[in-house]
Amino acid sequence: MKRTTGPAIEAEGLTRSFGDTRALAGIDLRVPAGTVYGLLGPNGAGKTTAVRVLATLLRPDGGRARVFGHDVVTEADAVRARMSLTGQYASVDEDLTGLENLMLLARLLGHRKPAARERAEGMLAAFGLTDAADRQVKKYSGGMRRRIDIAASILNTPDLLFLDEPTTGLDPRSRNQVWEIVRAVVAHGTTVLLTTQYLDEADQLAGRIAVVDHGRVIAEGTPGELKSSVGSGSIHLRLRDPGQRPEAERLLQAALGVPVQLEPDPVALTARVGGAGSDLDASAQAARALGDLAHAGIVVDDFSLGQPSLDEVFLALTDHPAVTSDERDDELEAAR
Amino acid sequence: MSNATTTGRAPSVYVPSAEALSTVLAPGARPPRPNALSASLTFGWRALLKIKHVPEQLFDVTAFPIIMVLMFTYLFGGALADSPRDYLQFFLPGIMVTSVVMITMYTGIGLNTDIEKGVFDRFRTLSIWRPAPLVGMIFGDVLRYVLAAVVILCVGLVLGFRPDGGLPGVLAGIGLLVVFSFAFSWVWTFFGLVLRSEKSVMGVSMMVLFPLTFLSNVFVDPATMPGWLQAFVKVNPITQLVASVRAVMSGTSDPSATMWTLLWSAGFVVVFGTLTMYRYNRR
Repeated sequence: MKRTTGPAIEAEGLTRSFGDTRALAGIDLRVPAGTVYGLLGPNGAGKTTAVRVLATLLRPDGGRARVFGHDVVTEADAVRARMSLTGQYASVDEDLTGLENLMLLARLLGHRKPAARERAEGMLAAFGLTDAADRQVKKYSGGMRRRIDIAASILNTPDLLFLDEPTTGLDPRSRNQVWEIVRAVVAHGTTVLLTTQYLDEADQLAGRIAVVDHGRVIAEGTPGELKSSVGSGSIHLRLRDPGQRPEAERLLQAALGVPVQLEPDPVALTARVGGAGSDLDASAQAARALGDLAHAGIVVDDFSLGQPSLDEVFLALTDHPAVTSDERDDELEAAR
Repeated sequence: MSNATTTGRAPSVYVPSAEALSTVLAPGARPPRPNALSASLTFGWRALLKIKHVPEQLFDVTAFPIIMVLMFTYLFGGALADSPRDYLQFFLPGIMVTSVVMITMYTGIGLNTDIEKGVFDRFRTLSIWRPAPLVGMIFGDVLRYVLAAVVILCVGLVLGFRPDGGLPGVLAGIGLLVVFSFAFSWVWTFFGLVLRSEKSVMGVSMMVLFPLTFLSNVFVDPATMPGWLQAFVKVNPITQLVASVRAVMSGTSDPSATMWTLLWSAGFVVVFGTLTMYRYNRR
């Protein structure tokens, strides 16, 4: 089988509107082959629309995109032969059993009946679904559902796999399983384009990340580059006495040199640490800040140091928090 | 009673194994892309599987036609002919057409539901003959049409319908009906793609189907109608279909009606098949 050495995806200035909603406002992307590429953004940022355009489901209003050198509009069939999509919504038939779903797809890929059955059974075994083979998919748990969706997507051993928010709504264990599957698929040589709302997911899986907001890429780079511009972590504090919060805010601001966010909870504060502006790493900055608070007699009941949330990333990049809207509803609405 | 309810056997936790996954991902030779017919038949197989898992959906092709036959035979039979039995001789081919044509609207409703659920996104990203998912879906529906026609025929036979055309005539009649219904289904695939919800598809279907089936020669002889209505009845494809089915079932033939039926069928496939595929590709 031929593996192209050029980029898996090249997109220039993709635009697409649904009625008055501008879902894509000129997206540029370059996804190297053989890697995981993350599209990070809130609901309604345009991630799903971008994926649907690249997966030949929607025509762009403007701009152009190529998948392994094939134009997604004029050479859609060549693109389809090399990729597959696991959407956010059921991408298998819920009324059918797991085995029937995979056999159906295997036959549509051109396998004859015995080969299709063998392929489907092998796939179910690899995904730990052999016991559920003869059960209707609507009776599967959320994690099993996701696994059969992904199994259906790699039946054709695609060169490019689109995963649209693969772990949204999953429990932590199922989420880890999906991550492991993604790693195995990529290790095998498949390029993965993943959309997510979680920075830690993009950080865990992706070699490069594009941050998407209002249909545009507002930042792009490796997770390391992105974090150094945003701050690698954030520190969350809960004080014993809400009266001490203004004082704590002032001290933190002085120690960290970044704006401090006051949470709706009257005893809570959040601040970014480990940004490019400091020569200390995140934990050292946090330790110093805590020391300053203790010195001033401010009692901290609870603190944690974690990765910045998507909201914090957005605040840092755009000065506005992540805005959410239901993209697919807009699309269904406007498509009719 | 002990309240130590067992929570079932502890499910064994699935641990993805890179090895197992890389075996199924091993590229191997990709089989050649399936041809148009085999892809469509595979989608027909999907329709059969859906009937197997949700057999309740056969209710509308069995109970509904039985009710239609019984209701109209005894409602109109006495008034329009000397007896329900005489009326049945005239009426059965017509009610068979009416029931089956009404059932075609479920094609649109089914498609609309399928698309709402998202599974068509997967089908539309496959490298296959583009109309295959829709053609296969209608293949499955054709089975339902045949079933409904046979159910009506059986009820008719029990009530005293005696077709002079015998078995060949009856088979030819059902054949014409199925060809027309297959073609007419493309009207509903179009509306199934264009309209917003299952409910609106249902609404439009009823608005089209009621005048089409009632303003025809199904129930009464059009000679009793006012002239303007006769004009509509005459061009109504249902009238042509009923006339040709009636003719073959009674052992004669009506070449003009049969020709018009086939022309209308071809027209529906060409016009609405094209519109459907245009919408299907554009979304």
